[in-house]
Amino acid sequence: MKMKKVLILLLPVFAVIGLIVFNACKSADRDAVDTANAGLTLPDGFSAIAVADNLGSARHLVVTPEHDIYVHIASAKNSKGILVLHEEGNKTTLKTSFANYGGTGIAIKDGYLYASNNTEVYRYKLNDKEEVINPDEPEKIVTGLLSKRMHQPKAIALDNNGNLYVNIGAYSNACSDFDPDKKGCPILDSAAGIWQFKSDKPNQHYGDGIRYAGGLRNVVGLAWNQQDNQLFVMQHGRDALHDLYPNLYTVHQSAELPAECMFALKQGDNAGWPYVYYDWMQNKNLLGPEYGGDGKKPADPKFINPVAAYPGHYAPDGLLFYTGDQFPEKYKNGAFIAFHGSWNRAPEPQAGYCVVFQPFKDGKPDGKWEVFADGFAGTPEQKASGRAVHRPCGLAQGPDGSLYVTDDNKGTIYKISYKK
Amino acid sequence: MNIKKYGLLLMLFCFFYSGLHAQTKKNTTHSGSAASIARGKIVYANICLACHMADGGGVQNMNPPLTQTTYVLGNKTALIKIVLNGFKEDVEINGQTYSNNMTPHSDLKDQQIADVLTYVRKSFGNKAGAISMVEVKKVRAANVAPAK
Ligand code: HEC
Repeated sequence: MKMKKVLILLLPVFAVIGLIVFNACKSADRDAVDTANAGLTLPDGFSAIAVADNLGSARHLVVTPEHDIYVHIASAKNSKGILVLHEEGNKTTLKTSFANYGGTGIAIKDGYLYASNNTEVYRYKLNDKEEVINPDEPEKIVTGLLSKRMHQPKAIALDNNGNLYVNIGAYSNACSDFDPDKKGCPILDSAAGIWQFKSDKPNQHYGDGIRYAGGLRNVVGLAWNQQDNQLFVMQHGRDALHDLYPNLYTVHQSAELPAECMFALKQGDNAGWPYVYYDWMQNKNLLGPEYGGDGKKPADPKFINPVAAYPGHYAPDGLLFYTGDQFPEKYKNGAFIAFHGSWNRAPEPQAGYCVVFQPFKDGKPDGKWEVFADGFAGTPEQKASGRAVHRPCGLAQGPDGSLYVTDDNKGTIYKISYKK
Repeated sequence: MNIKKYGLLLMLFCFFYSGLHAQTKKNTTHSGSAASIARGKIVYANICLACHMADGGGVQNMNPPLTQTTYVLGNKTALIKIVLNGFKEDVEINGQTYSNNMTPHSDLKDQQIADVLTYVRKSFGNKAGAISMVEVKKVRAANVAPAK
């Protein structure tokens, strides 16, 4: 009798122990799944490995034919703004590091490495192995660009005619702080656009460059499309439609809108920020609420339309046109987009944190985008809360056609490959 | 044998007791500030959560956390002014800088500002004193909004 009583009392203890053991098994299972493909989910035939870890805030990167990886780190602790890793057998070792400035932009073109901080663009001469010859004495190509709190990184791209393209982000959400009387946003002359400079002329200021395209709130992912010889950019759309205009937008609309937009730019184009935004659910360019819009009124047609649109606040930070031969045919000349992931979707779950593939045909988006690599954020809870473990940022193509993705939260570099 | 069983029983007791203890603790908060916290939680969800997030942890590089910062725990007048006037200063907040701008929220009523700040000062692991409507009223009266 007494024995029985004790046993009954102990039942919950057994239950608790059972639960602990069960959970331990479960999480062991999950670990096993997570470590395959470095925790990423990919289409059939693709695999991923982490070739580097804990680099800090790893932003954009380039990979050379000799398997050197140049990674730009956002903050330059110990004068190591640029890390050079050498890859061998799917592992990397730190070869060297230089640059006493942090930043995002980095690119290689015609024997030079270009890199930017928040106000300048530098370049370094490379030897025939694409190694920087004199890391301590870069040429300053562009200087004195505006950098005021918001949207500071100056992402860069180069064309085939000796031109350098630099994003100068708007230091505002929708310009209301600078245009309270709605007379016209006054910051557009020196920000919120892509500026064109000569890639070989030192010490260029605003006056030496051309405002190549305007009305772009902020661009981090941009790339030159070799097929139709045109600049493509990914705009970060505005925030807080519901918070600022609760009568016009629901919480859900504010989470999904406006679209993150891909633009194909020609010189002189105006993408319309802060006057317009793109609604991907209605497939329309609309007048912004700050300037009389109501969620339905169309935008002035003088502003260009995006060539593709993606859900709100996904934060596109990397754009790459795939020209390799390793991946299946459908990927050739299509675009990969690294979405950093949202913060402005609360109280709805945060989203993004993935690499998307956008099919292209003849130099234009063709068909619906698809999630290519996912799982960077970690568990569903980590993703929904915005406390993502890894956040995709930069993209690069390796000499064998593998795709490299940086994560600027933990500093991981992923290498994604395909095998039939 | 017996000792082991008693040990387990003791464990079980501790388990339930700590649960009970947590319960009673929740119920003994002062009712005045409990009501203010409850109202403040709603203001927080409607206004502040979008940037400072549900857990008060903020967004890396963009929006600062409201956990154990000198601003949240410190001088009440300065804290009230942050809500009234917004905040965009190139300062370090617990060793980090943040690039987003906080817009002014002077359209909130004195009571709402008192409630939301009381909620923030008593949530996310913070343990600082409540802020009253009278305190907000005083600060607002003496407040000169910064030039645009
Ligand atoms: C649009 C986004 C946004 C909203 C909405 C917002 N904040 Fe902030 N808040 C910020 C940013 C960004 C900073 C830091 C600005 C800086 O570094 O200069 C900040 C700073 C603060 C600070 C001081 C720094 C710290 O972390 O302790 C406090 C306190 C604060 N906010 C409280 C609030 C409260 C309370 C609300 C709601 C009434 C609110 N904020 C709404 C973005 C926001």
